[in-house]
Amino acid sequence: MALRTEHPIHGRRRSRNIGLGIVLVGFVALVFALTVVKVRQGGLMEGFDHQPRVSLTPAEPAAAPTRTPAEEVQQ
Amino acid sequence: MRSAGAMTDINAYDTTPEAEFGDFVALLKPRVMSLVVFTAFVGLVVAPVDVHPFIAFCSVLFIALGGGASGALNMWYDRDIDAVMNRTQSRPIPSGRVEEGAALGLGLVLAVISVMMLGLVANWFAAGFLAFTIFFYAVVYTVWLKRWTPQNIVIGGAAGAFPPMIGWACATGGIGIESLLMFALIFFWTPPHFWALALFMKEDYHKAGVPMLTVTHGRQATRRHIFAYTLVLAPFALWLGLTSIGGPLYMAVAVVLNVAFIRGGWQILRRSEEAAIADGYAVEKRVFKLSLAYLFLHFLALMVQGWMGGW
Repeated sequence: MALRTEHPIHGRRRSRNIGLGIVLVGFVALVFALTVVKVRQGGLMEGFDHQPRVSLTPAEPAAAPTRTPAEEVQQ
Repeated sequence: MRSAGAMTDINAYDTTPEAEFGDFVALLKPRVMSLVVFTAFVGLVVAPVDVHPFIAFCSVLFIALGGGASGALNMWYDRDIDAVMNRTQSRPIPSGRVEEGAALGLGLVLAVISVMMLGLVANWFAAGFLAFTIFFYAVVYTVWLKRWTPQNIVIGGAAGAFPPMIGWACATGGIGIESLLMFALIFFWTPPHFWALALFMKEDYHKAGVPMLTVTHGRQATRRHIFAYTLVLAPFALWLGLTSIGGPLYMAVAVVLNVAFIRGGWQILRRSEEAAIADGYAVEKRVFKLSLAYLFLHFLALMVQGWMGGW
């Protein structure tokens, strides 16, 4: 008896496998592209983990210029 | 026990039809998804915050995927009534091509993935909104309302009206009067659109146990409801034209379409069932087609108006 290698069930399974493969590869590519876009957009990359770090310290407002004692006397 | 001969013959195992990839795509209701994609996209691009094109693409993609997930959950729950009605008998579950558990699993997994990804892509407010929309369609509409009240299509229509609000939320992170009015536009459009279809598509809802207005309150009451909703809809459509996303073009389109829609509703109201049967529901079919153009052109006008600039 000749072995029937191609049966409708094979076609349907191939369709599922190829479809799922395309979806998975597409999802990986999408997450990669999304990562590139998010990183290029900038934003805070570090989260606070209860350890003070310079990179997370808010910038202090510029202090008013102080006068030297000599300047005070001139006034 | 199978004989050795049977074990070499693939036909011996082919007792049930297996699903192909397209059957799983059909579970996501691609035609409904196209409405979700379009309205969510418009909601996103008319928002007053610029979004990176790729972020916008991904946002709309995952909103659509969330809509598809709720479609799969709807088909899983409604598999018993889908098997009864002619229009839905060939769907993947009642036809036996996709197993019930597979449809439920697909719906749940896609729901989780779409919400999580939208949170990462856009913001968690939009993701929460998408989760609520999936819950609203799959549970509030499908499980609670659809088989209980003839107002099912009215309240359930909210699920189809959320996508432009989610699109807006992806860009702005919140809700605005503009997004609420886009919601109202779809919400009040759904009943006359669907009931015009129900008048000429005489489906066997009664046999399926679904209380449709045409069955529970009669066809004349349905005609009154259609006209009433076209009157309620018009002020919201025009109000949208007066907001920050409106403008002269949108306003002109809205005036023409709402006059035509109200006129169509009036013609449906004035007709008797005998007259409708005599001409093969010509007016009802025309108003149904008009309703499709109505929604598409409103959102298209919003998008073009956004590019042109508003008032």
